[in-house]
Amino acid sequence: MKARVTVTLKSSILDPQGKAIEGALRSLGVGGIASVRQGKVFEIEVEGDDRATAEARLKEAADRLLANTVIENYRIEIAS
Amino acid sequence: MKAAVILFPGSNRERDAVRALRLVCGANPSVVWHADHDLPSGTDLVVLPGGFSYGDYLRCGAIAARAPIMDAVRRHAAHGGLVLGICNGFQILCESGLLPGVLMRNAQLRFTCKDSYLRVEHSDTPFTRGYNAGQVLRIPVAHGEGNYVADPETLAQLEGEGRIAFRYCAPDGALDPKWNINGSIAAIAGIVSDRRNVLGLMPHPENHVEAALGSTDGRGLFAGLVEHLAQAA
Repeated sequence: MKARVTVTLKSSILDPQGKAIEGALRSLGVGGIASVRQGKVFEIEVEGDDRATAEARLKEAADRLLANTVIENYRIEIAS
Repeated sequence: MKAAVILFPGSNRERDAVRALRLVCGANPSVVWHADHDLPSGTDLVVLPGGFSYGDYLRCGAIAARAPIMDAVRRHAAHGGLVLGICNGFQILCESGLLPGVLMRNAQLRFTCKDSYLRVEHSDTPFTRGYNAGQVLRIPVAHGEGNYVADPETLAQLEGEGRIAFRYCAPDGALDPKWNINGSIAAIAGIVSDRRNVLGLMPHPENHVEAALGSTDGRGLFAGLVEHLAQAA
């Protein structure tokens, strides 16, 4: 089963890297960009075909390693 | 003193830590591989050295914090054993849950390698008893991710419980955003655990223990640990 875990910084956390990217886009002349926040995407292949089991495993993976929940949120998507 | 320095793939300051422990503490530290499951018996002090464990993949210190040896380090800390995390070691302590908060990219987005000035905030910890509160130390930093972040409740707790060991300051000890070299919240350079037996700090005291290198301001930290252990024995 193919899945995707997206990790993003919580809105209360400053993102200096996102700010730098925002500045670079501005200097490239790419217009209309109001703001940028950088995150991470993990593309994961899960064994088996039970969605509930897959979701539980991915949640464990995100909680224990993929995200630092002090500063980050995550979202799990499983391809149908 | 029986000291163990943990070696992760990508650590690069383990020899600096060993040298400081030899010179100041008269210790002959063991270097323990990250995949081991146990610390040498009778270990008093565990040092998590600086470097770039696992190439800083995922997040600085994130993968090292889940290494097999870290369960032993957690048990050691839970029994009141001393743990010192320097630079990447501080990042590992935060990722492992032994210290609260997290170290993010420096506010100015640059790797910073220079001397910093630190104000000793409290001298009632095993790591700071060799100094006086308010004393200013000159200690080098070398990091890209040292910007300490914690939520307001955690920060209030650290302040209230006197757990901020060191803050970045001006050479005269004044707190000034200009001298907060990485943008850390409340200019935090180092914190201790609630039982004060775990210290994480970004600067490198192990690099200022020899007069030939221009400053011996780091010696007090190691000398204080020897005193602490002698008193506890």
